[in-house]
Amino acid sequence: MFQVRIHGRGGQGVVTSAEMLSVAAFTEGRHAQAFPSFGSERMGAPVMAFCRIDEKEIRLREPVMTPDALIVQDTTLLHQVDLFSGLDTRGYLLINTRRKYSDLGLGDYVTRFPPHHLCTVAATEFALKHLGRPLPNAALLGAFSAITARVSLASVQAAIQEKFPGAVGEGNAAAAAEAYDSIRTN
Amino acid sequence: MLKQIEGSQAIAEAVALCRPEVISAYPITPQTHIVEGLSAIVRSGKLGSCQFINVESEFAAMSAVIGASAAGARAYTATSSQGLLYMAEAVYNASGLGLPIVMTVGNRAIGAPINIWNDHSDSMAMAASGWIQLFAESNQEAIDLHIQAFRLAEQLSVPVMVCVDGFILTHAYERVDVPAPEQVEQFLPPFEPVQMLDPREPVSIGAMVGPEAFMEVRYLAHHKQLQAIDAIPTLSADFAAAFGRNSGDLVAPYRTEDAETVVVALGSVIGSIKDTVDELREEGMKIGALKIVSFRPFPLARLRAALEGAARVVVLEKNLALGLGGIVASNVRMALRGLRTPVYTVIAGLGGRPITKASLRRVFAEAADDDLEDPYFLDLDWQVVDRELARAKETRRSGPVAENILRDLGLVGSHIG
Repeated sequence: MFQVRIHGRGGQGVVTSAEMLSVAAFTEGRHAQAFPSFGSERMGAPVMAFCRIDEKEIRLREPVMTPDALIVQDTTLLHQVDLFSGLDTRGYLLINTRRKYSDLGLGDYVTRFPPHHLCTVAATEFALKHLGRPLPNAALLGAFSAITARVSLASVQAAIQEKFPGAVGEGNAAAAAEAYDSIRTN
Repeated sequence: MLKQIEGSQAIAEAVALCRPEVISAYPITPQTHIVEGLSAIVRSGKLGSCQFINVESEFAAMSAVIGASAAGARAYTATSSQGLLYMAEAVYNASGLGLPIVMTVGNRAIGAPINIWNDHSDSMAMAASGWIQLFAESNQEAIDLHIQAFRLAEQLSVPVMVCVDGFILTHAYERVDVPAPEQVEQFLPPFEPVQMLDPREPVSIGAMVGPEAFMEVRYLAHHKQLQAIDAIPTLSADFAAAFGRNSGDLVAPYRTEDAETVVVALGSVIGSIKDTVDELREEGMKIGALKIVSFRPFPLARLRAALEGAARVVVLEKNLALGLGGIVASNVRMALRGLRTPVYTVIAGLGGRPITKASLRRVFAEAADDDLEDPYFLDLDWQVVDRELARAKETRRSGPVAENILRDLGLVGSHIG
């Protein structure tokens, strides 16, 4: 079983992101379970969402305590919530930022991870470019596909367009593709 | 058709497949997505003349479906938590009148303190109301139980509550097989009421009944529950024959054959319990699980048969009867009356506290050693409790408990740098 935890703020599409990831895995024939951990449902409040992917039915209902991959949509959460709880050194870490890990004060922390499991991606900027709105979730799923290879970019894009038909879906799918390419070409 | 959708959407689609004629609801977290989904389906015209009635409260929602059902319409509503309590008077009326309404309860804690997350306090508060209560383990079972619920309700002319864990199921995306409309149509015949407000054959429904007949009327409502004990397994078997999968029934055992310890639970937590049982089995512990699907009627005989071989029973439940302990455990003890089997109560997951596999492993191991307090409060922070008790002892005006504890707990940081 592969477990993903996504952190962000209310209004950034954290829950939708986990849902779309589960749809992407489903379209590839796997079992997937996505669910939120809502606080009070306010814009800007810290929000977590989870996604599990497996080859067999998923029965476990606990929150994702030991993620195999962690997606952080908003770096302002770094000193507000316990972001890295349960993430072990074999895990993947994906952060939405233009800055480097060292600039975030995480330089020492990330040395424990294999370098190819680490990724910062300017997801908000890809979203602004392709969507005109600062919603980083789709671009981060593109980046997730690139670093983990757990779901294909095509499945991620199909899931995005199932959730958001029309221009919004196309813009998000394009943001996902650019994030994917930005990692694959580096 | 296999789909990866949210539990609430799956339930909305399942209810729509049952061709309701009147839906009336008031939105409340975590039920909201269910009625939003149904509202969209009704508006699309897919349900023909089905009416979605927006109302001003849960009391009105239940009252509207009581009226609709008495007029011969297949009627549905959904609620959660405070909403269920707010409609309580009408909930009792629906069952007292014998109206086959189906209601989804997206299970959520009851305040105060206000809390939007999952436990079973709401359904349990209505356990004596005369409604049948079926608890779903997964979103697939939620779909299947709704389809069975309409047939059961109409067969016996009794209302049925389908209990689905709030957020854990209602807001979870997972794979579900949504049946084809013709399959459901074949399984669920059109509603033929046993009583109906019909101007051509006028009757009144809702007589005042005095001491001379009240007990008989109430006994017959109890008798209907007893009839459901026989009807539910047959219904589940018919469902399996028609849809090719097992869902529902009164109880469902898991690896109980030679189990010395059997864990009894309701709802979605049984999934985590099954995973834990598998791990402990691999380590050599003789443990199994028993899911109660039908909490009302309470299947005393089936429980006794399933549990009488066990050396001990652990009832894990998401509610707390203040001043007593476990509601489900007390019911299970009734099923085991006369036997010496110890029944341990584990109160867990109140107000959305996660029930983790690690904690389940620990508590099952302690139970297997017969070293468990009863009732046992899973993952309760005794230090927080003790500090508040000390504050209360220290000064008369110690203040509101909930606020004190939130202040005591403070904020959590990332522990970096």
